[in-house]
Amino acid sequence: MWKPYLSLMFKPGTIRGGVHPEPRKEATAKEAIETAFPLPPMLYLALQQHVGKPAEPVVRVGDRVLKGQLIAAGQGHVSAPLHAPTSGIVYDIMDYPSAHPSALPTPTILLEPDGLDEWRDGIHEIDPYSLSAEAIGTLVGMAGVVGMGGAAFPSRVKLNLGRQRRIETLIINGGECEPYLTCDDRLMRERSEAIVDGIRIMMRGLECRRSIIGIEDNKSDAIAAIERAVAPWADRIAVAVLPSLYPMGWDRQMIRYLTGLEIPAGGRATDIGVLMHNVGTAYAVQQAIRYQKPLIGRVITIGGGAVERPRNVEAPLGTPLSALLEFCGYRPDRKARLVMGGPMMGEALPHANVPLVKGTSGILALSADEVAATEAKSCIRCSRCVTACPVGLLPLEMMSRIRAGQLEAALKFGLKDCINCGSCAYVCPSEIPLVHYFKYANGELMAQQQAKHKSEQTRKLAEERQARMDRIRQEAAAQAAARKAQALAQAEARKAAKAAQTARSAESQSVEEAT
Amino acid sequence: MKPLLSAPFKTASDGHGVIMDKVMLALTPATAIGLFIFGWPALFLFSITLVSAFGWEALCLRVAGKPVRATLADHSALLTGWLVALSLPPWAPWWIGVLGGFIAIVVGKQVYGGLGQNLFNPAMLARVALLVSFPLEMTAWPIPGTPIGSSLPGLGESWGIFLGQPIADGYTGATSIGYLKTELSRGKLLPAIADEWDYSLWADLAGFLRGGSLGETSAIALLLGGLWLLREKVITWEVPSSLLLTVALLAGAAGILDPMHQPGLWFHLSSGGVVLLAFFIATDYVTSPNSRMGQIVFGAGCGALVFIIRSWGAYPEGVAFAVLLMNSLTPLIDHYIQPRIYGRDFKGHPLELEGKP
Repeated sequence: MWKPYLSLMFKPGTIRGGVHPEPRKEATAKEAIETAFPLPPMLYLALQQHVGKPAEPVVRVGDRVLKGQLIAAGQGHVSAPLHAPTSGIVYDIMDYPSAHPSALPTPTILLEPDGLDEWRDGIHEIDPYSLSAEAIGTLVGMAGVVGMGGAAFPSRVKLNLGRQRRIETLIINGGECEPYLTCDDRLMRERSEAIVDGIRIMMRGLECRRSIIGIEDNKSDAIAAIERAVAPWADRIAVAVLPSLYPMGWDRQMIRYLTGLEIPAGGRATDIGVLMHNVGTAYAVQQAIRYQKPLIGRVITIGGGAVERPRNVEAPLGTPLSALLEFCGYRPDRKARLVMGGPMMGEALPHANVPLVKGTSGILALSADEVAATEAKSCIRCSRCVTACPVGLLPLEMMSRIRAGQLEAALKFGLKDCINCGSCAYVCPSEIPLVHYFKYANGELMAQQQAKHKSEQTRKLAEERQARMDRIRQEAAAQAAARKAQALAQAEARKAAKAAQTARSAESQSVEEAT
Repeated sequence: MKPLLSAPFKTASDGHGVIMDKVMLALTPATAIGLFIFGWPALFLFSITLVSAFGWEALCLRVAGKPVRATLADHSALLTGWLVALSLPPWAPWWIGVLGGFIAIVVGKQVYGGLGQNLFNPAMLARVALLVSFPLEMTAWPIPGTPIGSSLPGLGESWGIFLGQPIADGYTGATSIGYLKTELSRGKLLPAIADEWDYSLWADLAGFLRGGSLGETSAIALLLGGLWLLREKVITWEVPSSLLLTVALLAGAAGILDPMHQPGLWFHLSSGGVVLLAFFIATDYVTSPNSRMGQIVFGAGCGALVFIIRSWGAYPEGVAFAVLLMNSLTPLIDHYIQPRIYGRDFKGHPLELEGKP
């Protein structure tokens, strides 16, 4: 045990709030990860697949690139590079619809595969444990690894942050609490050795001695597989079985459950000596370090009632989601809503012609009976949302303030602490889309802040101009005054000189007269 | 009806109607016993009160230009009418029921803006308004009939009672707490009262002994209904347990300290509308606080007020007054008692790190 950093310490195992959505994981959990997905005719590699600055292309249209070759470099402190998922020709660099609810076009490299799937040189196995901690962080960054749980935060930044602060515990998130999604479950079952290897590599990179893998108790096969894989390192890596309660995969919920520590508002997990990574990230780190393979593909769950053969597929980045759906027997006629991610927190997509990105954990084509079709009714203050909220907020109070246009009041109720997990809206008997209200309010507040910032800037500029003009005017006035004074002084001097001269001449005259 | 645009895309909602129906189902055993022991006049009054509440709700929705049919389907007006009926003397004349429905729905709920907007519990508001306005009709308590119902009036006589004919003296008596209050106010002490009184806790619990409203007759049936609601997660444990515990503690302590005047905890828990209050009235979503801690405070406040009003107030029963007083405090409780937000202390400041370098 370590010394608690926190004045307010909770008993490990406490959970606040949470809901039990229907898991609906069976259909995809029983199928092995499909690795024989045929290469699509074109890959669309968005330059922005991560939190931070977009990557900058280092290839030109017409270049031939090899599998694993760098095609766009990370820029600045928080960014991630991008590599070619297969060998082929750079077809174009243009704006293409992005994996975002708006599907707005963003800068994208189009890569036309040549079918050879030819790796670049230098792909060979090394001993990760001969590397220094710094080298591991750098190599993870160079491989373009980001958080695979959906946040897509560059892993290098997180590992470096961890090295700056002393990390007692590395927690690996195998919660996967979202319904439908099973990509982490399958990964843990099928590639447990690699995941544990990745965890050990990260522990070395963080110089941290203890790790806990948290897995929800509805994934018994994954728990068994991981337990087998960690057996040789059981003194340093523990497997924790978590109750299946959404949102257990919320990092702060899992950290409190496992350690009893709460991260102070506005702080990071590293503040309390904890760092969390997703199991998918552990796998990607292992591939990047041991096999020198950059992040060029991922496992994604394709599910929902409008898909005939739902399953997990390992696909190259840039694959159009439509190709993945078609591969799994997509039935557009049955589709009511296309969702990227899980049904609790995922985003609705207007169409599937957007590419797979590093953070995409699932694509769901939900049929009509899987999507709630509702009409919001009046709030009856039943406070089920209060009970369900894992953060400890009062969703009904925030909602009523937002409805009345009192966004500041909603802020006082903790709007900024909301994690948009959707537990409140899930349990609401009035079917009020609470999360919708919160997202709207946060967007509106941001717009207001920007407008305020802009008007402040304008005011500042105007004031500066005024001050400048005043200064110029004053200077001019001062100069004029100085000139006038000078002229006056000169006039005086002239007058005096003249008088003196007259006096002298008079004197000389009188002297002359006298002589 | 549109498929949701924003996550979560699926909800667990069972809708308002299901909640209200479950509460009414939980009230059914107690209501059935009440109707059985009070006969036809009680059934007539019960029916007219429900019809009145439903009718006023429909009228208000129409006047306000809101969807009538869809809103009526939430059954909240029926439940309100039901609770009003349970709080009335079972043989009150028809216009008491109609007026009760009017006060509860129009004055107590719709003028605030409808479901979810009202400050006071509509049914209790109706009961108190009627009690203050028509003390005679509102305190005429019929004595329950024998289980066979032979001592109850026939259909014709019942219709007369329903239409407002005076009730024959032989039919009426006092409620348990009313009787006790009267006797105590005459200067009698408890042992002396108990000697002349055929009081039995079990008969009082089952509801076959003394007069009272439908909702204060069978405490056992109400308790069973309430426990079922807890199991169905329609209500939560906070309000009922803190309320009953407070009444029990205060009444128990008073019974020990002043055995000459205080009948003790079992009498207080079993008589009057305490059980109805604990499980069906104080747990009303709209008029009770929304945080767990707030609900505990609210329940304890209701319990304390019930005991205070019963012991020292002018009225023998304090359930309705107690809950209305606490209803008025609900916004205050909600303002001051809020859950702690993750990573923050109760004041909303971020948690402090110890040993921060």
